[in-house]
Amino acid sequence: MSPIVRLIVQRIALGVLLLFLVSILIFAGTQILPGDVAQAILGQQATPEALANLRAELGLNDPAYFRYFRWLGGVLTGDLGTSLTTGQEVTATLLPRLWNTLFLSFWAAIVAVPLAIVLGLISARYRNGWVDKLISGLALTSTSLPEFFVGYLLIYLCAVKLQWFSSISTVYDGMPFLDRMKAIALPATVLTLVVLAHMMRMTRAAILNVMQSAYIETAELKGLRPIEIIRRHAFPNAIAPVINVVMLNLAYLIVGVVVIEVIFVYPGMGQYLVDHVSKRDVPVVQAVGLIFAAVYIGLNIVADIAAIVANPRLRHPK
Amino acid sequence: MSVSAAPLVKARRRIPIGAAIGLFFTGLFLSTAIFAPLIAPHPLGEIVGDVWMPMSAKFPLGTDNLGRDLLSRMIYGTRTTIFIAAVATALSFTLGSILGFTAAVVGGWFDMTMSRCVDLLMSIPTLIFALVVLSVLPSNLVTLILLMGTLDSTRVYRLSRAVAADINAMDFVEAAKLRGEGRAWIIFREILPNALSPLVSELGLRFIFAVLFLSALSFLGLGVQPPQADWGGMVKDNKDGIVFGISAALMPAAVIGALAISVNLVADWILNRTTDLKGGRGNG
Repeated sequence: MSPIVRLIVQRIALGVLLLFLVSILIFAGTQILPGDVAQAILGQQATPEALANLRAELGLNDPAYFRYFRWLGGVLTGDLGTSLTTGQEVTATLLPRLWNTLFLSFWAAIVAVPLAIVLGLISARYRNGWVDKLISGLALTSTSLPEFFVGYLLIYLCAVKLQWFSSISTVYDGMPFLDRMKAIALPATVLTLVVLAHMMRMTRAAILNVMQSAYIETAELKGLRPIEIIRRHAFPNAIAPVINVVMLNLAYLIVGVVVIEVIFVYPGMGQYLVDHVSKRDVPVVQAVGLIFAAVYIGLNIVADIAAIVANPRLRHPK
Repeated sequence: MSVSAAPLVKARRRIPIGAAIGLFFTGLFLSTAIFAPLIAPHPLGEIVGDVWMPMSAKFPLGTDNLGRDLLSRMIYGTRTTIFIAAVATALSFTLGSILGFTAAVVGGWFDMTMSRCVDLLMSIPTLIFALVVLSVLPSNLVTLILLMGTLDSTRVYRLSRAVAADINAMDFVEAAKLRGEGRAWIIFREILPNALSPLVSELGLRFIFAVLFLSALSFLGLGVQPPQADWGGMVKDNKDGIVFGISAALMPAAVIGALAISVNLVADWILNRTTDLKGGRGNG
C-alpha cells in the first residue's frame, strides 16, 4: 500500500474511533445530573409513583452502560429515539432540518471561501501597506463582534429600514429556489462575515510563511512581478495549509450556525437544539449534539486528508 | 524639568495609539463594572417608564421591553458579564496552566492521558458540548462558571504545555533538576516566570472568548437567568423590538463588541511587545 493511502486510512480509522469516544462523552454529559432525566422532566413536585412510572417507561432502571449501548445501537440503525416533549420520532423531525442547515452553510461557504482566499492573497501581496492594515483592522473588528450584533444590525438596516428582505427566514418544502435563496440571503451573509475574517487571516499567514522560502527569493531575484510570484510559486505551495484553514473554518461555521438560526428563526438543526435544551428534552439534545460533532469531526478529517494529498513530499515518495 | 520629561516621552512613544485606545476603554469598562451601583441612575429591576421609550434626557438610551431604564441595566450588565467571564477565565487559566506545566514536566503516561483527554474534549465544538450539558444541569452562576472554565481550559492546557516543554529543555531547568529541586519548584519558580508573557497575551484572548461565549449562551436563554441581567440576555429581551424599528437590542450587542475590541487591542500590543523583548523583531 502506498504511504499516502495508508495515512488516509489511518486518519479515517482514527476519526471513527474519535466519534465513538465522543458519543460516550455526549451520553455521559447528560448523565452527570444529581437526579435523573425523569426528575428533570417532571420537576421537583413530582410524586414518587409518577417518577417510578416514567423511569420504567424510559428504561432508566437499567444500568448506564446498558442504556448507552441501546442508544448507540439505535443511532447506528438510524433510530435516534423519541422526543420526550412531542413524542415524535427524532429522526423524522431532524432530517429536513439537517437539510436546511446544510443548505444555509453551503451557500455561506460558497461565498466565504473564495472571498477569504482572494482577500488573504491581496493582503499578503501588499503586506504592511494600507490595504493590508485596513483588511486586518476589519478582520479584528469582525472577530470581536458577536454574531447577534451583526445579525440584528443587518435585520435593522435591510429588513426594517430598507425593507429589502424579510426579518424572518422562513423556508418550507417545495419553496421555489429563488424564494429560498432570498430567504437565506441575510443569515448567509452573517455566517460569511463570521468566518471570513479568521479564514482570511490564516490564508495570509500561510502565504507569508511560504514567501520566506529560498525559492521565493530566487523568483524575486529572477525579476518576477510580486503577483506572479504569488500566483506561480507561493500559492501552489500554500494550497495545503489553505485547504486546512478552509476546512477548519467550515467546521467553525457549523457552530456559528446555531446562534444565527435563532436570530433569523430559521428552521434548522441549531434552532431545534436550542429549543430542546431549555425543555430538557435529552434524546433530542443527544441526537443533535452527536450530529453536530460528527459533521465537525468529519470536516477535520477532510482537512487532514486534503493536507496529506496536497503535500508534494508525500505524493512523490523517494 | 527636561530630565524628568525625557522618560515620560519615551514611555509614551512605546504605547501605540491603538493600544492606548484599548487600555482606555478596557479601564472604562472595568470601572463601570466595579462602581455600577454608584453610576446607574435607576435600580436594576425598577420599571420607570413605558415599554421601549425612545432616547431622552431622562433615559439616555431609552427603556427596554418592560419599561426599565436601558442604560442602568447595561451598567449593571457590565458587572455581571465581566465578573462571570473573569472568574471563568481565571479558572480556565489555573486549571489549564497547572495541568499543562505538570504534563510537560512529568511527561510519560500523565502527559499522554491528559493530552488525549484534551484532544477528545476539543473534538466537540465548545458551544455544542455546553448545550448538551446545560440540557440537564440547572442554569446558575456556579454551573456556568465551572462549565465555561473547564471547556476553555483545554486551549490553555495546549498552549502552556507547548511553552513549558520548550522551557523544560533549557539549561537552567536542567541545573535546577540536578540541584535536586522538586517538581513544584521547577513549575512555579523556573517555568512559570518564563512562560508568563505568552500566557498573559493569551489571557486577554481567552477573556474575550469567555465574554462572547457567555453572551451567546445568555442570548440563547441558557446563560444568566432573570432577574440577573447580562448583556447577552438584554439582547434576547429586546430582540422582538427590532422588527418595529426599535434599536434597544443593538446597544448591549454593540457594547459586547466594544469590550472585545478594546481587550483585543491591548492583548495584541502585549504580544507584540513581548516578541520585541524576546527576539528583537520589529523594533521599528
